[in-house]
Amino acid sequence: MTLLELEDVVLNYGKIRALHGLTLSVDAGEVVALIGANGAGKTSTMRAISGVRGLHSGRIVFDGQDVTKLRADQRLRKGMCLAPEGRGIFPGMTVQENLDMGAYTRKDREAVASDFERVFTLFPRLLERRKQFAGTMSGGEQQMLAIGRSLMSRPRLLLLDEPSMGLAPMLIKQIFSIISEINQQGTTVLVVEQNAKQALSLADRAYVLETGSIVKSGTGAALLNDPSIREAYLGVA
Amino acid sequence: MNFHELFAHFGDITVDGLTKGSIYALVALGYTLVYGVLKLINFAHSEVFMVGTWTVLGAYSLVGADEGSGVGILIIATVLGFLLAPLASAGTALAVERIAYRPLRRKNAPPLIFLITAIGCSLVLTETFGQALHAIFGPPFGRAAVSIPSLIPEKEWVNLSWIAISNTQILVIVAAIVMMVALDAFVNRSRLGRGVRAVAQDPDTAALMGVNQDRVIMLIFVLGGAMAGIAAMLYTIRYDITKFDIGFLIGVKAFTAAVLGGIGNLRGALVGGLVLGVVEVYSSTLFSSNWEDVTAFVVLVLVLMFRPTGILGESLAKARA
Repeated sequence: MTLLELEDVVLNYGKIRALHGLTLSVDAGEVVALIGANGAGKTSTMRAISGVRGLHSGRIVFDGQDVTKLRADQRLRKGMCLAPEGRGIFPGMTVQENLDMGAYTRKDREAVASDFERVFTLFPRLLERRKQFAGTMSGGEQQMLAIGRSLMSRPRLLLLDEPSMGLAPMLIKQIFSIISEINQQGTTVLVVEQNAKQALSLADRAYVLETGSIVKSGTGAALLNDPSIREAYLGVA
Repeated sequence: MNFHELFAHFGDITVDGLTKGSIYALVALGYTLVYGVLKLINFAHSEVFMVGTWTVLGAYSLVGADEGSGVGILIIATVLGFLLAPLASAGTALAVERIAYRPLRRKNAPPLIFLITAIGCSLVLTETFGQALHAIFGPPFGRAAVSIPSLIPEKEWVNLSWIAISNTQILVIVAAIVMMVALDAFVNRSRLGRGVRAVAQDPDTAALMGVNQDRVIMLIFVLGGAMAGIAAMLYTIRYDITKFDIGFLIGVKAFTAAVLGGIGNLRGALVGGLVLGVVEVYSSTLFSSNWEDVTAFVVLVLVLMFRPTGILGESLAKARA
C-alpha cells in the first residue's frame, strides 16, 4: 500500500527552483532513502513533504489523501513527523519538554506514557539527561532527541533529514541501527542522507537526487552495487 | 535636591513606587509576550490599556455605582470591572491582531511594515475614542480627562512611624503579583504554554510538532490584553481618572519597563516595572515631578549601556522556571 506519493513536485525559493518536478513514492512499512550531494534538493524535498514550505506545483498524497494544501501542523496530525536537519530541537527546553512537544497534539495520556518508555529504551541517554536543557547537549545527543521527539507523535511516517550529519562514525552506526529498529516496530521511514553507504545498506528502496530531480531509483542493495553510484556517492572507483 | 524629604518618607515613597511599578509591569507583559513570539513591538498595546480604563467606567455606570452607593452595588461594580476590563482589552488586542497584523503575516511583510502598522493602529484607536466618546455621550466626554468614581475609599492599613501602606496600594501590588505568577506558571508549566515557548524559539519546528501558529499568536494577544485590562482596572482604582490618550505615556513607560527587565522575558517585565516605578518616585521626590520621566529614561540608557539585553536578559524563548 502506498503511504506517501509525490507527483511532479516543483518548489521554488523566490526565483530559484529547488525541485524540478520530483516524483517518488513510499510504501507502508518500508525504509526509503533519498541520497544526493549537497544542494541536490534533499532538504527541500523534506520541507515540501512536511509542509514547512508550500509548492509551486505538483501534488503530495499521504495515506490516500491530498495534503498539498495543508499546513505543517495539520500534516503532523495526519500522521507524519519530520526530525529536521540540523536537529531542530528546542534549545531552551529540557529534554523532557522537547519530548512533550513531540506529543503536543496527543490526548491519549497512557499511550504517551508508554511511548516515553519506548523512547527512553531506544535512547537511554535521554533518560539520563531528562532535566537538562537540550541546547547544552552534544550533537549526537541532540540528534537522538530529535528522533525521539518525532517518535513521540507516534507517526506512521517518520521523516529523517540527515540523521548522521556531524556525528562520529560510531554514533552514525548506532543511529542507523536504531532507525532500523524503529522500522521493525512498524513505522515507515523516509530518510534523506549524504552518507550514502549507511543509507543504502539500511533502505529497502532508494532514490538518487541530482539538482532537484530523481535520476535513479532501485533497491538499496542494487544501488549499493551500481558502479556509477559507487563512483559518485560511495567514493569507490 | 531634597534628600531630607526622601529619607524622612523613604518607606511611603518606596511603596508608592512599587504600586506604580506593578501597573507598568502588568502592561509590560503584553509587549514582552508579543515581542517574544513575533519580534514585533506592538505599539497598539497602549490603547489596549486605554480601552480597559473606559470599560471600567462603563461597568460602573452600567450598575449605577458611585462613590455614595451601597456596599452591595460597590462589590458588584468592582467585580464587574475586574471581569469586563480584561475582556474588553483582550478583545481589542485580538481585533488588532486579526485585522491588522495577520494579513501582513500572510504576505510575509518586512518588520518595518509591522512597526508602522502598529503605530497606525495606536493612533487610530486613540483618536477614534477621542471623537466617538464625544459624539456619543457629549460633554464632558471627549478629549478631556474624565474622573472615574473611586469605589474603594483609600484607608491606611499599615501605619508605622517609618511606613504607611494603604488598602489600594496593597490591592494593586498583590493583584499584579498574583496575575504574573499565574501567567508565568501557565507559560512554563502548561501544554499550551509550552506551545507558546516553542513558537518563540523556532516557529517552523513548532509547526512540525503540530503547533498551530495562528492559535498561539491569538493566545498571546489575548493574554497580554487581559493583563493590560487588569492593569487598567487597578489604575482606575488607584488614580480615579482616564483620558482618550491615557495609554500613550503608560504604554511608553511599560515598554521601557519591558526593555529594562529584558524584553521577551516575563519575569523581566516584573523586575523592569518595579525598578522603573521606584526610580520615578525617588527622582520626583529628590528633584521634582517634572524630572521623573527624564530620570526614568536616563536610568534605562545607563542600564542598557552595561547590560544591553536588560536586567534579566534572556528571552521568552529561553526563559524557564
